[in-house]
Amino acid sequence: MRYLPLTESDRGAMLAAIGASSVDDLFRDVPAEARLARALDLPNHAGEMEVERRLSALAAPNMTAGSVPFFLGAGVYRHHIPAAVDALIQRGEFLTSYTPYQPEVSQGTLQYLFEFQTQVALITGMEVANASMYDGATACAEAAAMACRITRRPEVLLSGSLHPHYRAVTATALQHTGHRIEELAPDPVGIEDLMGRIGGDTACVVVQNPSFFGGLRDLAALAAACRAEGALLVVAVAEPVSLGLLKSPGAMGADIVIAEGQSLGVGLSFGGPGLGLFATREKYVRQMPGRLAGQTVDADGRRGWVLTLSTREQHIRREKATSNICTNSGLCALAFSIHMTLLGEQGFRRLARINHAAAAKLAARLRAIPRVRVLARRFFNEFALLLPTAAAPVVEELAARRILAGVPASRFYPDFPELADVLLVAATETATESDMDALAAGLAEVLK
Amino acid sequence: MTGYRDGHRGILLEEPLIFEQDSPGCSGVDLPEVEGAEDTLDGLLREGPIGLPDLAEPSVVRHYTRLSQKNFGIDSVFYPLGSCTMKHNPRLNERMARLPGFADIHPFQPETTVQGALALIDECARWLKTLTGMPAIAMSPAAGAHGELCGLMTIRAALDARGEARRRVLVPESAHGTNPASAAACGYMVDSVPANARGRVDLAALKAKLGPDVAAFMLTNPNTCGLFEDEILEIAAAVHAAGAFFYCDGANFNAIVGRVRIADLGADVMHINLHKTFSTPHGGGGPGAGPTVLSHALAPYAPLPLVIHDAGGLRLVEHPLDPALRATGAAPLGRLKGYHGQFGTFVRALAYMMSHGADGLLQASSDAVLAANYLLAELSGDLTPSYPGPCMHEALIDDRFLKDTGATTLDIAKALIDEGFHPMTMYFPLVVHGALLIEPTETESKATLDAFVATLRDIVRRAKSGEGPALREAPHLAPRRRLDETTAARQPQLRWFPPAPAKAAE
Amino acid sequence: MSALYFTKDHEWISVEGDVGTIGITDYAQVHLGDLVFVELPEVGRKIASGKEAAVVESVKAASDVFVPVSGEVIEVNKAVVDKPALVNENPEGAAWLFKLRLADPSELKGLMDRKAYQAYCNTLE
Repeated sequence: MRYLPLTESDRGAMLAAIGASSVDDLFRDVPAEARLARALDLPNHAGEMEVERRLSALAAPNMTAGSVPFFLGAGVYRHHIPAAVDALIQRGEFLTSYTPYQPEVSQGTLQYLFEFQTQVALITGMEVANASMYDGATACAEAAAMACRITRRPEVLLSGSLHPHYRAVTATALQHTGHRIEELAPDPVGIEDLMGRIGGDTACVVVQNPSFFGGLRDLAALAAACRAEGALLVVAVAEPVSLGLLKSPGAMGADIVIAEGQSLGVGLSFGGPGLGLFATREKYVRQMPGRLAGQTVDADGRRGWVLTLSTREQHIRREKATSNICTNSGLCALAFSIHMTLLGEQGFRRLARINHAAAAKLAARLRAIPRVRVLARRFFNEFALLLPTAAAPVVEELAARRILAGVPASRFYPDFPELADVLLVAATETATESDMDALAAGLAEVLK
Repeated sequence: MTGYRDGHRGILLEEPLIFEQDSPGCSGVDLPEVEGAEDTLDGLLREGPIGLPDLAEPSVVRHYTRLSQKNFGIDSVFYPLGSCTMKHNPRLNERMARLPGFADIHPFQPETTVQGALALIDECARWLKTLTGMPAIAMSPAAGAHGELCGLMTIRAALDARGEARRRVLVPESAHGTNPASAAACGYMVDSVPANARGRVDLAALKAKLGPDVAAFMLTNPNTCGLFEDEILEIAAAVHAAGAFFYCDGANFNAIVGRVRIADLGADVMHINLHKTFSTPHGGGGPGAGPTVLSHALAPYAPLPLVIHDAGGLRLVEHPLDPALRATGAAPLGRLKGYHGQFGTFVRALAYMMSHGADGLLQASSDAVLAANYLLAELSGDLTPSYPGPCMHEALIDDRFLKDTGATTLDIAKALIDEGFHPMTMYFPLVVHGALLIEPTETESKATLDAFVATLRDIVRRAKSGEGPALREAPHLAPRRRLDETTAARQPQLRWFPPAPAKAAE
Repeated sequence: MSALYFTKDHEWISVEGDVGTIGITDYAQVHLGDLVFVELPEVGRKIASGKEAAVVESVKAASDVFVPVSGEVIEVNKAVVDKPALVNENPEGAAWLFKLRLADPSELKGLMDRKAYQAYCNTLE
C-alpha cells in the first residue's frame, strides 16, 4: 500500500521491541465479541490510476458550469479564480499543517489569518473580524446567538430577505437554547415591515443585503430603529463581491456582519466547503465565536502572531464557551485572502462593477421577453424574474438544452405557491455575451 | 542575533504584511473597465476607498510563498500531535477534488445534471456506514464539533418524540472541550464522569450518575488517554438500561478502522472527522467534515439534506415538506449547514478510502497502533508513561520525569522544534499532569520514529543533567522564538491599521 | 475591625459591618498565571451564595469567581479591569474585585480562616 512506509521486517522489529507477539495482541483490550470476524463488504486497495478512473466516471456525467451558459447564484457564485490562488494553497506547508497552536512554527498561517481578518474588517466596514467560520449559514446562527448573549434577550428576528438555508440553520441551531426565532415570510420585492416587529425582547434583526432575491436596500434606518430598541443589527452578505461596489454594512450601522466567502478563491464545489466571514465591533470581541489571530512580539522583540483570546473557546471554557466550534475554514480563508490580495483595491472594485454591469445587461435582455418581469428595481449581480409559468420546469427544460438558467425559488419555498413562478438569475464576470444571448433566446423559446 | 540587515536566517526570509507592500497602480489581475452601469444605485454606493493594498502577481506569489516557509507541515516534518491524526495527505485526493465534474458544479443545478455528484455522496456514505456498521448517516456536518451537535440533536429529537424530557449529558472528565460545549449548545446540562486508575471510565461512578434524566453519555473510544475502553460493552449496556443514548466521539477512529465497528460496541451515534481518519487535509485549521453515523432509532431525525434513490435516479431531499419524508416517517431535526455538506472533502475522503480499500484501511490502523506502542516502549525508559500499554494509536506520557529538572512539558515540546520535529500535543488530556500526547500515525517510517525517539531521549537527558533551565529558551532556530501571548491577550491587536500619519512639517 | 475569610474556590472575603470585599487569593493568581482579562458584575446586581459573579482569565485558563455569601454588588474595582496584572501583583490587597452588601452574614460561618485555608492549600500540592 503506497501510503504505508513500514515494511514487514520493520513491523517484526517493532513488535519485538514492544514485546508483543502480534498486532492482534496490541488490541487485546477490545472485547473479543466486538472484534470484526469477517471481511467488510468493500473492495480492496487500488492504485492511483484505478481510483482516478473510478472517480472520473462519477465526475464525467455532471454538467459543469464552465461548459454551458451558466446563471446560478442563490448564495453560491461562480467567479474566475486566478491560477496563482490554487497553486499557492496547495503548498504543503499550508495544506498539510494543523491549527497554528505552536506559533513559532506557524507564523505563515498566523500572518495570513491576521491579513485575512484585516481584509474582512475593511470590506465589511467593521472594526474586527475572526479567522473564519464553517460557512455563511453557520456564521449566521453564531451571530444570532452572540447577539442574544450581548443583549441578554431571547428573540431573533429573521428577515424574509435572508437566504432560506441561513434561516433554517439558525432556527435549527438555536432551537434548544431558550431562544425564540421569528421568521418573516420570504420577501421577493422588499416590502416587509421589520421595524414594526422590533420590541423589547428582540436581541437582533438579521437581514441580508443584497437580498436573497437580489434586491438592495439602505439599512441605515433599520440600524437606527434597532439602536433605539436596544437590539443589534446583523447583516448577512451572501455575495461578498458586492462589497466592492456597495456601501458597507458597517457604514450603514451594522453591529455584526456575517458573510459567505466562497465567491472569492474557493469555487463552486457543489456548495462546500465554503467559509463564513464574521465581523463585529471591537467592544463585542469577547463575545465573538471562532479563532482570532493577534499581533505580539517574540522573546527577541520581533513582531509575530499568535492565536489569542482563546479563553472564549471550547478547549478552555468547555460548556461555557461562546461556541462549540473548534475549527475555522483555514485553507478557504487563505484562498479568499490570496484572491483578494491579487484583486487589490482597484481590482476588487472593478470586479464588482463588472458583475453589476453584466447583471444589468442580462436583466435588460430578459425583461424584453414577453410576459417576463424583473422583480427588483435595484440589484447587484442577481435578480428575481417573474415568469408567466412555474419556474422549475422551465429550468429543467433549459438544462436539457444545456443552459443552466438559474434557481427556481420553489426549490426553497415549495410551501409558498406565490413564489412558484420566481426564478433567481445571477450574472458574474464569467457570463459572456453569447451566454446571455443563449439564455435570452432559450427562455423566450421555452416560454412560447 | 545575526549581523544581516533584515535579520534573515538562512532561507527563511522576513516578510512584511501585504498592507505594508501597497503599490498603487499595480494589480494582480487584468480586468476591463466598465462605465455607467451603476446609475440606478444612487445612495447605495460605497464612498471613499476600502483600504485594500494593490500588488502585482509576482509580489503576491512571493508573499505567500515566503509565508508558507514559516510553517511546519506534515509534508516537511514528523507531526505527532496527539488526538489530531496528522497523517500523510495524498495528492491524488487533491487532484480528484479538482476534477471539473466535482469542482465546477453548483449545488442548485437540476438534479438531473449532477447525478454523478449525488452518487459520490452516496458512495462516500456507503463506505462510512460499512466501516462503522451503522445503518444511517448524516453527511452535512462541517467538522467534528458540528457532528457532535448533530448527534446530540438527533438524540434530543428522539427523546422529544418519546416524550422524555431528559436534561443531562454525561461526559468523561478527560473529554475534548467540544463535548461539553456541544452538549451545552444542545441545551443540556453537563455532568462530568471521573476516570479510574487505569485511565478509563469509572464504570461504578458512571452507573451512579445514570438515571432517568440522563439523555446521553458521550465517550471517545479509544479514549483521549489513547486507551481502548475495555469495559465498553458494559458501559453501553448500562447507558441503554438507563434509557439513554451512547454517543461515541470518533476523534480517534483511526485506531480501529477496519478492525472494530462501533455498531458492535453498542454506539448509537458517532461523528467521523474526515480530515483526521481519512486524510482530507487539515489545511492549517479546516475545512474539515464531520459526517455522523446513526442507529435505526436516531436515523429518522437526521438533518437535511438527504440523498435518496427514487425512480428517476438519485435526488436530494432538501425541504421538510418533501413527500419522500412522509413516506418513510422521517422527521428531520432541521438543517445544520448550507447546501449539501463539505462536498469537496467527501471527494478527498472517498479517494483515500478507495486507495486503501478494506485491506489497506485495516493495515493502516494496525500500523498506527503499532507505531504508537513502539514509541511508548522505546520512550518508557527515560519518560514516564501515564498508563501501561498497550495503547492504541497514541501514547500518553506525563511530566513526572521532569521532576526537579527545572524544565516543563512546554520546554520539551519547544526544544523538539529546534530538532526539526513538530511538538506533540501538550497539556491534554487534563487528567494527567503536564501531559504529552504523541500520535505518530501509520504514515511514518521506522527510521523517522527512531530519529524522533533518539532526539526526544536526548532532550530529556539534557533536561535531567542540569540543562533544564536552558530549555526554557527554546526554540532558537524557528522563524520566531517564544511569543508573548500575555501581551497579545491584554492588548489585542487583531488587525492591521495604517501607521499614524507623520506630523506635517511646520 | 474587619474579619477575613477564605473559600475552597480560592476567593477571599473581608467583612466590615455588612459589607464584604471579595478577591482571589495569591494561590489562585499563581496557578492561573499572568491575568489578561477581568470581568466584574454590574453594581446593583443581587447574587445568591455560590453563584458566579466575576471571571478572571489568563492566556490559557478562565476561572469563575463565585460569591461565598449572598448579597448585592455595591462597588467594583475598575482598576483591575483596566489593568488585570494588578491581580498578579497584589491579589489580596489593592486588587480586590468587588464589594457586596451582605444579605445574610450568617452564611459566613462555613468559611475558612487564613490558617485553615493555608492547610487546605497544602493538601492540594
